[in-house]
Amino acid sequence: MNPDRTACRHRRLQPRLQPRLRRAALALAALGATATAAPAQEAAADNLAAADNLTAITREEGRWFTAEGVPTYKIEADGTLDWATYSGFRRYHSECHVCHGPEGEGSSYAPALKESAVAMDYYDFIGVVADGRTKVNAAQTSVMPSFGTNLNVMCYLDDIYTYLKARGTDAVPRGRPAKREEKPEEMRTAEAACLGT
Amino acid sequence: MKRLLILTTAMSLGGSVAATANEALQKLIDDPSQWAIQTGDYANQRYSELDAINKDNVGGLQVAWTFSTGVLRGHEGSPLVIGDVMYVHTPFPNIVYALDLNNDGKVLWKYEPKQDPNVIPVMCCDTVNRGLAFGEGKIFLHQADTTLVALDAKTGAVAWSVKNGDPAIGETNTATVIPVKDKVIVGISGGEFGVRGHVTAYNMADGSVAWRGYSMGPDSDTLIDPANTTHLGKPVGPDSGTNTWEGDQWKIGGGTTWGWYSYDPELNLVYYGSGNPSTWNPAQRPGDNRWSMTIFARDVDTGVAKWVYQMTPHDEWDFDGINEMILTEQTIGGTERKLLTHFDRNGLGYTLDRVTGELLVAEKFDPAVNWTTGVDMDPASATYGRPAVVAEYSTEQNGEDVNSTGICPAALGSKDQQPAAYSPKTELFYVPTNHVCMDYEPFRVSYTAGQPYVGATLAMFPAPQSHGGMGNFIAWDGKEGKIKWSLPEQFSVWSGALATAGDVVFYGTLEGYLKAVDANTGEELYRFKTPSGIIGNVMTYQHGGKQYVAILSGVGGWAGIGLAAGLTNPNDGLGAVGGYAALSDYTALGGALTVFALPN
Repeated sequence: MNPDRTACRHRRLQPRLQPRLRRAALALAALGATATAAPAQEAAADNLAAADNLTAITREEGRWFTAEGVPTYKIEADGTLDWATYSGFRRYHSECHVCHGPEGEGSSYAPALKESAVAMDYYDFIGVVADGRTKVNAAQTSVMPSFGTNLNVMCYLDDIYTYLKARGTDAVPRGRPAKREEKPEEMRTAEAACLGT
Repeated sequence: MKRLLILTTAMSLGGSVAATANEALQKLIDDPSQWAIQTGDYANQRYSELDAINKDNVGGLQVAWTFSTGVLRGHEGSPLVIGDVMYVHTPFPNIVYALDLNNDGKVLWKYEPKQDPNVIPVMCCDTVNRGLAFGEGKIFLHQADTTLVALDAKTGAVAWSVKNGDPAIGETNTATVIPVKDKVIVGISGGEFGVRGHVTAYNMADGSVAWRGYSMGPDSDTLIDPANTTHLGKPVGPDSGTNTWEGDQWKIGGGTTWGWYSYDPELNLVYYGSGNPSTWNPAQRPGDNRWSMTIFARDVDTGVAKWVYQMTPHDEWDFDGINEMILTEQTIGGTERKLLTHFDRNGLGYTLDRVTGELLVAEKFDPAVNWTTGVDMDPASATYGRPAVVAEYSTEQNGEDVNSTGICPAALGSKDQQPAAYSPKTELFYVPTNHVCMDYEPFRVSYTAGQPYVGATLAMFPAPQSHGGMGNFIAWDGKEGKIKWSLPEQFSVWSGALATAGDVVFYGTLEGYLKAVDANTGEELYRFKTPSGIIGNVMTYQHGGKQYVAILSGVGGWAGIGLAAGLTNPNDGLGAVGGYAALSDYTALGGALTVFALPN
């Protein structure tokens, strides 16, 4: 793997990363060092890594991450869904669905987020939720508000993101997820800290 | 001394202007050739005396002319017709068109307000607007951003403009206004943002505030008289708008007022309902949460509440009480009474004496309703007037973080705002309904001004063990509290109905059909597929001696949320998902007016 590229990725991630993500990125860098050196295989592996914004590799404080340290969902062999993604199902249907439709399917006036979550870069996705986005012109009047100060959204944003990714890949069907793990204690603590309760 | 005299003269002049304004508008409303008010009349009957189009010839109806509004979002409400001019409104950006009926609908003037687009995402469930009002030569538009503007009906020039609320804290508008006497009465939206609902009367002449009554808060805010305002015949007592809340929760208590308003000139009372208490998590707001979910009867001149009736104390399901109050004169038990009939989101059809607020009938208007076994009708009982809640479907009793399943109706109600019609000839109400149930899981949320304050996860699906569709169009006997007939519909019926002296009832469907049915039997007599799904209200008028029927199509609104993607029953598993076809298989966006007439 090209060390320059790893470093570049690092620079890009670091300023916006929470400590646990930074650790994941470091782990990734270590992993990169042991990767195969054959040029053709390297390119193939890179493509795979770029495409695979989904596979859960590491778990920290109850949440699953991809090899690149991006939050993702995890479904066990028996169909059990990780708590955070289940939590995302709940929070999505409280905060997002009155515009974006049930289960991320979109509505007559807002896009299907299950597709956005798969198509968009994680950090761009977070940015749009936090800052909002306005598309008002002759053809459309589409305004995403800023949720940056809304704890009901921001404290659960990674949950919502992984739920939508799971919907976008049909890893989780429409409706309420049938099987989920119990809420991990560390997530309970993190939630309380974030909400300030 | 001279100054005092002038003042007195001015005051008496003001008084006579008020009477004239009311009489002039009343005359227009009474003339079946016009459609001078969104609700057809002050009683909200949506009934027309016109009978040139009748049950024998309605099958021959044809499209006379059409008009594209140029706006894609959900189109609710209907046009007005005043004299030779039709006034058409749109959802955000809330354009108003004045069309010349003498000249093939040529645009006489167009008004497009400049609004901050940041109001768009603060509006729950699309940027709908339920239409214009008319009075004293002015067209009243209540914009999305809560600006109430009075336009010269002849030119479209702005006569005056006031701000009714603040979108920065989630206050928006979707409703029409009701012009009564010398006032324009105006509500507010934003129950999902912790807005404290209020109703405000503005003076028609200049837009100054005459009074404002809140849904909750101190008596000075609610304009409730502790000794004389009654609830089921008894004075409500002091602080009724705060003493069923914990601490200051009433300040973000919801009870918004985004529905329809009716008016009884003899009683000088205006009637409307208040919406859900905020949040949707009932555990976070213990108590009855008065006066959310309440029918209000307020004095037009002072705003003071004469009586109130809370239909759903301590709401656990988002059953807003804002649907229209239809005023009728009917004989019950040998006595003619002044009645008020209301089809609530909670699935109960209520009939009250509108003079006193006495509860006469409360029955389910969809047999699927299961959250209650019914309302206690015994005046001697401690729970008089309260619905008996079924524990299994109580999101309060099941608690936070518990998913209560199979609750009927869903949060959008057995009926939402789409107004019913009433025919004095058949004494039946014609009601567009939803046939949708839900799972509901409440959880804790924190309040941030201007941000959604919801606190529940919902999944909605067609009522199980029924016809598989998501709606019915029913005829209802309000005296008996019984369904006379019921027409199954594939999708929720989200269009306002119209009844006429021609014994025809009209309504629209989400696929886009305008349908005409026999007022007595419900037999379908006519259907035509308009350019988009219908969430507007059917109206009729006469011009050049010819009767027309008009409808706005343009799918969206609440219906655009769930139905655009189709609803699923999580309990049915994957196999059934395809069974609930998405609305997008039938129609697409686009605002258009379609006007029908019989061929010459």
